[in-house]
Order: sequence, then C-alpha cells, then structure tokens
Amino acid sequence: MMNNVVETRGLTVRRGRRTVIDRLDLAVPRGAVVGLLGPSGSGKTTLMRAIVGVQVVADGTVTVLGRPAGSAPLRGRVGYMTQQASIYEDLSVRANLRYFARVRGAPAAEVEHVLERTDLTAQADQLARTLSGGQANRVSLAAAMLGSPDLLVLDEPTVGLDPVLRADLWDIFRGLAETGTTLLVSSHVMDEATRCDRLLLMREGEVISDLTPEELLESTGAQSAEEAFLSIIEADAADAADAADAADIGVGTASTTDAVGTSGTDAPAVRAAGRPTSPEVTPPGYRPRHRRDAVPRSRSQGGRDGDVQGEETP
Amino acid sequence: MTPRRTLATAGRVLLQIRNDPRTIVLLLVVPSLLIGLVAWIFDETEVFASIGPAMLALFPFIVMFLVTSISTLRERRSGTLERLLSMPMGRGDFILGYTLAFGLLAVVQTSVAVAYATLVCGLEIEGSVGLLFVVAVADALLGTSLGLLASAFARTEFQVVQFMPGLVFPQILLGGIFLPRGQLPGVLEVIGDWLPLSHAIDALTAVATGDEDAGYVWLRVFFIACWVVGAVTVGSLTLRRRTS
Repeated sequence: MMNNVVETRGLTVRRGRRTVIDRLDLAVPRGAVVGLLGPSGSGKTTLMRAIVGVQVVADGTVTVLGRPAGSAPLRGRVGYMTQQASIYEDLSVRANLRYFARVRGAPAAEVEHVLERTDLTAQADQLARTLSGGQANRVSLAAAMLGSPDLLVLDEPTVGLDPVLRADLWDIFRGLAETGTTLLVSSHVMDEATRCDRLLLMREGEVISDLTPEELLESTGAQSAEEAFLSIIEADAADAADAADAADIGVGTASTTDAVGTSGTDAPAVRAAGRPTSPEVTPPGYRPRHRRDAVPRSRSQGGRDGDVQGEETP
Repeated sequence: MTPRRTLATAGRVLLQIRNDPRTIVLLLVVPSLLIGLVAWIFDETEVFASIGPAMLALFPFIVMFLVTSISTLRERRSGTLERLLSMPMGRGDFILGYTLAFGLLAVVQTSVAVAYATLVCGLEIEGSVGLLFVVAVADALLGTSLGLLASAFARTEFQVVQFMPGLVFPQILLGGIFLPRGQLPGVLEVIGDWLPLSHAIDALTAVATGDEDAGYVWLRVFFIACWVVGAVTVGSLTLRRRTS
C-alpha cells in the first residue's frame, strides 16, 4: 500500500523549446489539502496537467495512486478542475452535471448532492452562460467532484472570487479532505496558503520548498504568508542569479559549471546546479538549495519575480 | 467505448441545439428558402429538375460540416474536451455521439427540404424516398466527419470557417452540378470522381430520376461511407488525450 497519492520522478516537460519543468521529484501524501503556490508562469498548471495525464511529458515518470498518470483506471478516480470553467455554456447547470455524471458513470442522484455541496441548487436550471464567474467556477468544481474521486486536482479554483466565496470554497475543500480525498490546489493568492496542510512552492518549474504553513512562517520570520513567500522566491531568484554569475566568470563550483555544460537551456539549467540529489521531500522539507538568510529582502530587489498576483497562462 | 457514454454525448449535443432556437430555425428554413429561390429562377425550364436533387445533397453536407467543425473547435478551446478526455470517455464515444446527434438532425432537415422541394416546388422523385433519406444521412455524416477533421487543423473559429471554401467548394464545383463531370478536363474529372460529394450528387439524382437501380445508389452510399470511416479514423487520431 503506497502512502503517496502522487509521485513524480525526474519529471521533465517541454513546451516548444522551453523547459517548463526540469527533472522534478515530488511526493504528495494521501488525505491532505496540498497547496501548489507559485508566481505566474512557474509551471503549476503544467505540473497539474502532467498529474492528470493530459500533458505530453518529455521525460520522467508520474505515478498517481500507484499507477502511471493518465492510465485508463485512473480516469474515474482523479477529478480535474481546469483553470477556465470548462462547462457547456448553452446547457443548464444541472444538464452539465448530468452529462458529466453519465460520462463518469456516477449515479444521477449524485448530481443533486454536488449541487447542494457547492451551493448551486438555486441556479440548477439556469443556463451556464448566465452565471457569474464564481458560480461558473463552482459548477466546474461540482463536475470535478462527481464520482467521489480519490484525488482532486484543482487549478486556481478561487481565482477572481471575492473573499466570502473563497472562504466558502475552502470550507468545501476542507470537508472533502476530511472524507479522505486528497486535494491538490493551485493558487497565487498567498493568503490561501495558511488553509493548506502542506505547501509546495514552485518557481520556474521547480519545487523550491515543501513545508507546512507554520514552517513557512517560522522559517522566514515573516508576518504573513505572502511576505514569507516573497522572501523565499526572492532569495531563490538571487541564488539563481548568483549561480549564473559564478558560472559566467568561470569561478563556479564544480557542480555549477557541470550543470551549465550539460544543458543548453537558460535559467532552469543553471538552477539545476543546486538541485538536491535526494528525492525525499517529506516534511519538514524546506529545502533551500543554498544557505540563505531568511530575512525578507526589500521588494524592489526581487523585482523580476514580484508579480505573484499575475494571471498564469498555460 | 460504451453505449451509455455515446448516447449521453449525443443527447447532450441535441440538448445544446435545443437551447438555441435560432440555430434550429436556420437549420430547417434556410435550405428550403434557397431551394425555392433556385426553383423560381429556373421556372419553366428543365434546369430545376436536374439540379434540384443535387441541392438536396448540398445542404446537409455544408451545414453539418460547419456545425461540427465549429462545435468541436469550441470543445477544444473551452476546455470541455480536455475535461472529457481526463474522464473515462472514449474518443469513439465522443465522435460517435456527435455523429449520431447530427445524423438525426440531418434526417429532420432533409425531411423539411424534400417536402418543400416536392410539394411546393414541384420536384419529382421517381425513385424510393427511403433511399433518398439514406443518401441524405450519409451525406450529412460525410459533412460531420470532414468537419471534425477540419477542426483538428484549426486553432481559431476564423480558421475553421476558411476550411469551408477549401474543402467544400471544390467538391461542389467538381461534383457535376454546374458541368457534367464527363465534360471536365481529364485531371479534374478524375479528381471529381474520387471526391465523395460527387457520389452523393449522383446518387440523389439517380433516386430523383429513377434511371438507375438501387444497387447503383447503394454503391455510391458505400463509397461515401468509406470516406466517412476514413475521416472519422483520422479525426479520432487528432483527439489526443495528451497535448503539449
């Protein structure tokens, strides 16, 4: 019996010539709400697509519930909520869910159940086109919940929602986790980090930290999750820049020069120099690739990665 | 592939169209209007008797081509296709569901068009009306399968609409409506003979005039069916679960 719902080994994803995810090792334990946080373009959506099995993977393996990601038996056990609502605008909410339930092989009664759970009963007969963004989002979530999947992969489920709706959704997530569902939730709203059991912080296709919200705050000494996150991202960016500089002037450590020599890509290749060799990521897994001071830097210093609130495009 | 998912998909597509009354009206009325116009232009000549059946072949084909290519493209772009393919949904379920729904729609559309052409415009059908429907449905499925194929090669709605002149017009021009294929230059005649719409036009003309036997018509239907199977096969290969 495996304890990890998701395991990746050396996962590499390329989009065009760009390496979006570079040799990623990752483990997600069962029955938790795992937050996948990172700035825009850090590879969160790509990683989720790889876990669901709809992403072309260049190298490495992704194992979900003990099977290769995307294999036929998993399609009924993994629920996926894409970033856009992904529902039929010209069908009513109920008709949308009925259709997805029939495709999933879930009993029709479950439609009413998920409607209730996502607080959409009042909108059930409305055409999806007429819904607000938040309502459409919840229909999408409801569709992903059909068939009681063991793993729910939710890509920015709370984006564009007001704080009240966001809190409601997190209550739903918590409730699902309590019934044994594992949730992988991406977000770039850092305040949501504190609602997760575990956090995976991503930057440029790499998981730079794997820790609990408490550890995040403790290790950085920051007041809020957002501040803590920024300090980690900026420290990481600075490390990457240092490594690049060192390599440029030829005084880098052996591993740095080696990494530059073996790989033709830009930043990810350079950063690979400091990659931990052990795939172990069990908490407390805060894994700095170089020693760094945990004091938050000034925002201006990390300017190029300051856009943590931006929209992520896949 | 399971009947449950195929039927669920067909039902869902029909429900989407039912929620769009304007499209229904356009689907049912436009062919009759155009057939009426052609009948009026060639009033008191023999022309309508010869091109009327061919027109019955054009509408299901063109309309289904457009409807399928655009709705499949919409599924690809809206993320619903990705959602379906991450679920236990067979690619065959998806395509067959669409084919079933649009095939049914083609039957209704053809009924209206044939009724109008015969009762109002005075087109005479000498052969079997049942056979006429078989050809019309085959024709609609041809449009559906080619539309599905076209949608795989288009990234935007603008592009997919451009496939209409690209894939459909040559078939109309070389199909023998305007000029019998025998009078075309050699190369074009050969091309025309291999295009599926030519055979739909031949078959419908044969049913209308009653000049040929049922075997002739079925052979043409078989030829169209081969095209449909080919296009659906290639089209289903383009529905990839994994995309980059």
